[in-house]
Amino acid sequence: MRTKWVISLQAETRRRSLTRTIGMYLGLAGVIIVFALLSPYFLSVPNLLNILVQSSIIAIIAAGQTCVILTGGIDLSVGSIVAFASVSAGLMMRDGMSMLVVWIIVIAIGMSIGAVNGSVISFSGVPPFIMTLGMMGIARGAALALNGGMPVSGFPPHLERIASASVMGLPVFVVYTAVVYVIMAIVLNSTKTGRYLYAVGGNKPAARLSGVNVRAVEVVAYVFSGLFAAIGGMLLTARLNYATPLAGTGYELDTVAAVVIGGTALSGGKGGVTGTLIGALMLGTLRNGLTLLNVSSYYQQITIGFVIILAVFFDKASERGRE
Amino acid sequence: MSASLGKCCTVGDDEEHFLNSGVMSMEDCLLQMRGITKAFPGVVALDHVDFTLKSGEVHVLLGENGAGKSTLIKILSGAYRKTSGDILINGRNVEINGPSDAMRLGVSVIYQELNLNPFTPVYENIFLGREFRTSRGFVDRRRALQEAGRILEFLGTDIHPATLVKNLGIAQRQMVEIAKAMAVDSHILVLDEPTATLTDSETARLFSIIRNLKAKGVGIIYISHRMGELGEIGDRCTVLRDGQYVGTVELSDTSQDELIRMMVGRAIELGEGRTSCATDEVVMEVKSLEYGGTVRNVSFGLRRGEILGISGLVGSGRTELAKCIVGEYRKTSGEIFIDGRQAAIGCPRQAVDNGIIYISEDRKGEGLVLDQSVCFNIGLPSLDRFLKRGFIDRWQERSAASELLQRTNTKVPSIYTESRNLSGGNQQKVVISRWVLRGARVYIFDEPTRGIDVAAKEEVYGIMDQLVREGASIVMISSELPEILRMSDRILVMRNGSLSKTFEHVSGLSQEDILAYEVGD
Repeated sequence: MRTKWVISLQAETRRRSLTRTIGMYLGLAGVIIVFALLSPYFLSVPNLLNILVQSSIIAIIAAGQTCVILTGGIDLSVGSIVAFASVSAGLMMRDGMSMLVVWIIVIAIGMSIGAVNGSVISFSGVPPFIMTLGMMGIARGAALALNGGMPVSGFPPHLERIASASVMGLPVFVVYTAVVYVIMAIVLNSTKTGRYLYAVGGNKPAARLSGVNVRAVEVVAYVFSGLFAAIGGMLLTARLNYATPLAGTGYELDTVAAVVIGGTALSGGKGGVTGTLIGALMLGTLRNGLTLLNVSSYYQQITIGFVIILAVFFDKASERGRE
Repeated sequence: MSASLGKCCTVGDDEEHFLNSGVMSMEDCLLQMRGITKAFPGVVALDHVDFTLKSGEVHVLLGENGAGKSTLIKILSGAYRKTSGDILINGRNVEINGPSDAMRLGVSVIYQELNLNPFTPVYENIFLGREFRTSRGFVDRRRALQEAGRILEFLGTDIHPATLVKNLGIAQRQMVEIAKAMAVDSHILVLDEPTATLTDSETARLFSIIRNLKAKGVGIIYISHRMGELGEIGDRCTVLRDGQYVGTVELSDTSQDELIRMMVGRAIELGEGRTSCATDEVVMEVKSLEYGGTVRNVSFGLRRGEILGISGLVGSGRTELAKCIVGEYRKTSGEIFIDGRQAAIGCPRQAVDNGIIYISEDRKGEGLVLDQSVCFNIGLPSLDRFLKRGFIDRWQERSAASELLQRTNTKVPSIYTESRNLSGGNQQKVVISRWVLRGARVYIFDEPTRGIDVAAKEEVYGIMDQLVREGASIVMISSELPEILRMSDRILVMRNGSLSKTFEHVSGLSQEDILAYEVGD
């Protein structure tokens, strides 16, 4: 089984242009080297683990966003789904519902919101940007309405273990992220669904004429996105031990940034989750390193803005180079 | 030939000639195109074509699909750059490197698909990008309205310049396009199949406008397949065939038959004929299929082991017919029977499940996922057979794809090469390999050899022959008459959405026989 995973990852890499892949790793390595030179603490093990933990929730949600963007869509509602999942989980846990049931309900909520997004987009032709922009407002409003805009707390003590446990010395969030990415790499490369996501995003008429159920595939992409946003909401609640309707604000753009920095084209059909993981780590590394260097959050935002543009700039440059 | 090349150097080298206005006017030729050649990778679309246009003349450009007419027009309008040759306008050598050059030189092209903004008034469309300004810098609406009204009146139409374009019919929109060309003082006007969508009375009005323009000294290049109207409106006619210049004739003393003969030429070298392996068993039957106004009451049967050729000009409804059969377009009415049982085909997926597949003429737009590998593209509709416990067995997929590439003699650098990087012929063979791997009972090939080289063509023919020998059936849509004659067991001819003729036997048929039913009157 393990060899199979390795094969999948290799094949995915091969499908992207080699220069692009190398460039992505070099970019991340460059950023790490710069911070290592500027801050002695940066390369310490606790700090590196800290980066991984801090990147993990965005990374997990971005895995779902990757599926949507691969089909040529976009999901702006993920941040609001995080909040809605978080507050509804908080209320259920406060009322003493069992953890397993809470997880099941929250995941069902996330997938349902995704299914609504996907169905309206594929059956009615409302553009993804508009549909998910609307859903962003709806889910955020619902999260606020659930508890009158108030945060929820007072959860059973074992919730925290979801966030603070460690497996073989690794923080458990790192393990969650790894599991999500391995599963999604296999889904994208070695299942029909994954292939169809690429086909629909790469050439919709060709996919349809090849007998692909294009609408179903689009719905599936948004269901994945809703699912991972809900999981992200649960994990965030566990980490903060606190559920707020303002959770996940800005996550939609962070996840899109991770996907785009990772080389998945917004036009669809090209890219994959490996790149998205690198993109999420890039964002996490920049935030961590800049904070260590005492750069104010204002300038952090400016830097990250430049990085997003540069990543796509090099993408386009390498495409032009190939023509 | 050498003389014209020499002239090119003396005039073209000297920038000053270009700047001096009104230099030599050697003849009364408005436009001369000499030795125009356009080479695409692997294909020469135009090979030393000559064309002249006099002022006040309607010059018809005639040729089959793919003869090079639109390439020539695209070079004139700046959409393509010529590989070699000279263009002279009013006797001066000009370089047309883009649409803005063409506009500056007074060349306007009116395409079949009109480029107007339907939600704005006529006058705004006419002066789009060249709005009149008031002294304060605002758009001068009153002046635009006046000027637009003047031009429309000159053309002899009764369109009010303040009407929104969306409230106009096709014919009136065409007038607006012509008015737009007049507003920039175009003296060379290209009309691409202007009457294709017009009724008889609209056509008559268009012709009277064309006569007005002629009287004003505008030169008109007129592209049409409607033989009947050419004599009525055209003065001279230049025929192209396979990118070559065939000749220019006066329409007043040339018969329709002669024109058809010029278009078709000598029988172009045909490869080996095939021996039919058609049976009597009807696999698929299409009954009174209708699609809007583009496919009208088409019925035919397809037999096992048969290659059924469907011939017709571009726009005759062939592609629409095919797309209705596979459910890509929703047919207005009509039924499809498979093995005598009515088949409900609402989308291509159901067609594939019923064993009917469509290979589009547009490989890049509707065939390949260009960013993905050859292997990905071949496996796409056949993933089910590689599944092992829900996962795709990549080794099995890979070996199946390799085997197919070998069988169709497709040579690619690697099975993981991006499809984008393949030649047209190899791309086509990858698409075909995809379906050969999937297996189907009815293959609908739409222009199977468009834009691919001769060797690849032969191989595609070989694959098609092999498929019918193995018991499949093929519908082959093609504009290439030699191909239709060579491959088909029977031939259907389409014209304006209907079947205009069915040839039950191919032996002894000539291209002229078929073309006569394609163009009609």
